Amino acid sequence: MASATQSLRRTLEGLPGVDAVGVEARAAGLGTRSIKTTSKQWAIDLAISMVDLTTLEGADTPGKVRALSSKALRPDPTDSTCPPVAAVCVYPDMVSTVREVVGDRLHVAAVATAFPSGRAALDVKLADTQDAVEAGADEVDMVIDRGAFLRGDYTRVHDEIVAVKEACGDAHLKVILETGELQTYDNVRRASWLAMDAGADFIKTSTGKIQPAATLPVTLVMLEAVRDYRIATGRQVGVKPAGGIRTSKDAIKYLVTINETCGDDWLSPDWFRFGASSLLNDLLLQRQKMITGHYSGPDYVTLD
Amino acid sequence: MSRVEVRKTHKLYIGGAFPRSESGRTYEAVDAKGRFLANMAKASRKDGRDAVLAARKAFGGWSTRTPYNRGQILYRIAEVMEGRRDQLTTQLREAEGLSPKRTEAVVDAAVDRVVWYAGWADKYAQVLGNANPVSGPFFNLSSPEPTGVVAIVAPQGGGAGPRAADGQGPLLGLVSTVLPAITTGNTVVVVASEAHPIPAVTLAEIMATSDLPSGVVNLLTGSSAEIAPWLATHSDVNGLDLTGVDDPELARTLESDGAENLKRVRRPSDEDWLREPTLSRLEQWVETKTVWHPIGV
Repeated sequence: MASATQSLRRTLEGLPGVDAVGVEARAAGLGTRSIKTTSKQWAIDLAISMVDLTTLEGADTPGKVRALSSKALRPDPTDSTCPPVAAVCVYPDMVSTVREVVGDRLHVAAVATAFPSGRAALDVKLADTQDAVEAGADEVDMVIDRGAFLRGDYTRVHDEIVAVKEACGDAHLKVILETGELQTYDNVRRASWLAMDAGADFIKTSTGKIQPAATLPVTLVMLEAVRDYRIATGRQVGVKPAGGIRTSKDAIKYLVTINETCGDDWLSPDWFRFGASSLLNDLLLQRQKMITGHYSGPDYVTLD
Repeated sequence: MSRVEVRKTHKLYIGGAFPRSESGRTYEAVDAKGRFLANMAKASRKDGRDAVLAARKAFGGWSTRTPYNRGQILYRIAEVMEGRRDQLTTQLREAEGLSPKRTEAVVDAAVDRVVWYAGWADKYAQVLGNANPVSGPFFNLSSPEPTGVVAIVAPQGGGAGPRAADGQGPLLGLVSTVLPAITTGNTVVVVASEAHPIPAVTLAEIMATSDLPSGVVNLLTGSSAEIAPWLATHSDVNGLDLTGVDDPELARTLESDGAENLKRVRRPSDEDWLREPTLSRLEQWVETKTVWHPIGV
């Protein structure tokens, strides 16, 4: 047991450090690419199909969740060529409500394991996960125990992910690193590696409840991690930035970053997602602008 | 040692900030004799889009302020204009080449016009609204509500239009078109006089320091023929004031573009801005809301 702990620590702490200035400059550089006309149209449609349409409010009602689910199926009711989003992301108690609306046509993601703080006993977290899966969730978004991670108790975090992965059964597991609380890019790289090693199908930046949420440099570090992990082990893991991505321009910067970091293997809703709510409206407004040739306005998308 | 001249970069006014044009373009403003005065930012359609966003964001807060408070803020604009009248007079004289006396008369009229509209802020509702008699036990009240975001092509002045020589357009024409819209709680995107934009930029600086919330007035300098079509087709613009459009063909196109989302449109007009205004421009940018309220409940 002790040797497994040591070997995990050796692996994580042996990862090369992240050049913080370099990664920020690289992200800023990728953010300046100009994507126009048909490429932009393609990028907007791809970004829409990558959205995990999310509502994680204490005030969520079944009515609101049903409305959001309908929007997920048909984001722009005036235009049948608009693709559906990838998934709807809700709290576990709302999963069955989403399933009633979307059936098998979309994925349903549930946040579990004492989201967003992750501060609960392991059996509570596992019960939370099982609840979500039984209610029909085929994707589970878990949070890691940041307290344990920061104090260096990597084994605890690792074993927790393994246990939750087992509780998920066939459901995909997304592991939220909450990068806003991890302090350094080195920690982001370690946490990514740790999560992938423990069996995560996706690594996700943030809960959206902590500032800063997803940023381009952090996502770049995670994309490099999944790329290197596939080279090392042959297993491909997805990435999901969440929180703080509000405009089409931001979304397109992320798509450019994927393409330049991992190549187009990751340019698909199976391997990359945006956790967002207001982003979808901006994507729709931009889409309408591209099609009609004039600027659209917030009167032409739903309030949610 | 002679002092190095401090030259001013004139910029746009969007959402309470003074950015350069997104496009990075500039053009030259010249005086009445065609001599160089300053480099102006030349706004692009994207600046127009940003301005509409800023105006929409400001609309909720501005339209729900009490009319009294709006009046106070508008009066503050007049106060600050009065403090900068020398600057306004100089700029207007350079631009239009009028006599000092004539220029002062126009600046006076512009300040007085702001005071006039400030006074109307908490009174227009009494005149434009009504308690309607109905045959039932109801109070029936019509009240004027702001239209929303209004795009304005301000009077041009300078070489264009039959009133080119009277020097009213760049400042007096501007306040006479912008003030009625914001008095009733609308927010505006205004394309200033293309030929003589400097007094307009000064007015923007005045507004920025008069407690007028950011985004209530957004001012663009540049070619109205280039920007106005994007504002006319913009689905988030609710009113279109074509007062300063000198080209009848362009005005017709803009009006029909505006019909796409049923914008309220005011057609081009050639007014003597020194004349006492009427309520027509206040009435232009309000919608009538009628409520029925049971009596005796």
